[in-house]
Amino acid sequence: MVRLITHNLLACHVRGCNSNNFPLQFQDVQIGLREAEFNPDFLRGFLPKIEWNALVDSARQLGDTSLPAEQPVMIDDDFLKTLHHVLLEIHVEEGAMVCPNCKHVYPISNGIPNMLLADHEIG
Amino acid sequence: MSRPELQAPPEIYYGDIEAKKYTQNTRIQQIQADMTYRALELLNLPPDQPAFLLDIGCGSGLSGEILEEEGHTWVGVDVAPSMLEVALERELEGDLFLQDIGQGFGFRPGSFDGAISVSVIQWLLNAETSHPSSSPPRRLTRFFTTLHSALRNPSRAVLQFYPTSDDQIQLITSIAQKAGFGGGVVVDYPNSKKAKKVFLCLFVGSGGGQQVPK
Ligand SMILES: [Zn+2]
Repeated sequence: MVRLITHNLLACHVRGCNSNNFPLQFQDVQIGLREAEFNPDFLRGFLPKIEWNALVDSARQLGDTSLPAEQPVMIDDDFLKTLHHVLLEIHVEEGAMVCPNCKHVYPISNGIPNMLLADHEIG
Repeated sequence: MSRPELQAPPEIYYGDIEAKKYTQNTRIQQIQADMTYRALELLNLPPDQPAFLLDIGCGSGLSGEILEEEGHTWVGVDVAPSMLEVALERELEGDLFLQDIGQGFGFRPGSFDGAISVSVIQWLLNAETSHPSSSPPRRLTRFFTTLHSALRNPSRAVLQFYPTSDDQIQLITSIAQKAGFGGGVVVDYPNSKKAKKVFLCLFVGSGGGQQVPK
């Protein structure tokens, strides 16, 4: 499975593709929702790693508009619960992620993205 | 029987049947669990703080399951689809990627609070194809360089592996150092042929405090 928590950390790794290679764009996705245990300590620790604009955009691509456009300054439990759902409970089951720069397609099948590159794409 | 990594590439060796056998073998489960706990210990994470960890060559999720039990969130990568399928069936929490670690990672800088790997990186010592990009030093260099970047500063990566010679340990540690890692090798039970275990303990920055534990 791939969720926004890892999608938000993932850039294209094709040889020479070093700019505008993040975030990967979702294409033809099927999603599933699965409850996960709410862990506010983990989320607070993870917050500094998030690219906020990318997360908001990607969540919208998956049909979720619950996140505020700007990352709030005050981190309360309501916000963390929204973030928890977006990061950890939306599973992309099928579809693809496409690099905005080189257009490499990373297919997602049965929840698992295929990150394998062809010989000429390896750095 | 010769060592698995000398017989075929991992995604071939661990086909459907091998993947299930591996996962269901209680002796393998026990060894894998012991090494995962030891790797976690060597990772020296801040106490009582849930971490975001990378499991390199996660296979069917035997170590991921332990990371979960210890309260951490993990991401697993593996090159064997059959292994990942077993991991899916076991309904673990970690996100899974089909990935050849010798091609390098695309994770943004500082993504992970640590990384572990159990019985995997010896596979990088075998050339997968005759293509120049797949020579072992090139594969090791991409692996360590992109791993170093994917880890936060300070943090650690603890990689247990099965070297066949001191030359292999030398090659692997020298490439890891060139990629920017500090740290070194920890050998458990060095005098026992059977129980001996080699852990590569790599530091990003200070590695989060102490010296390599003995
Ligand atoms: Zn690209």
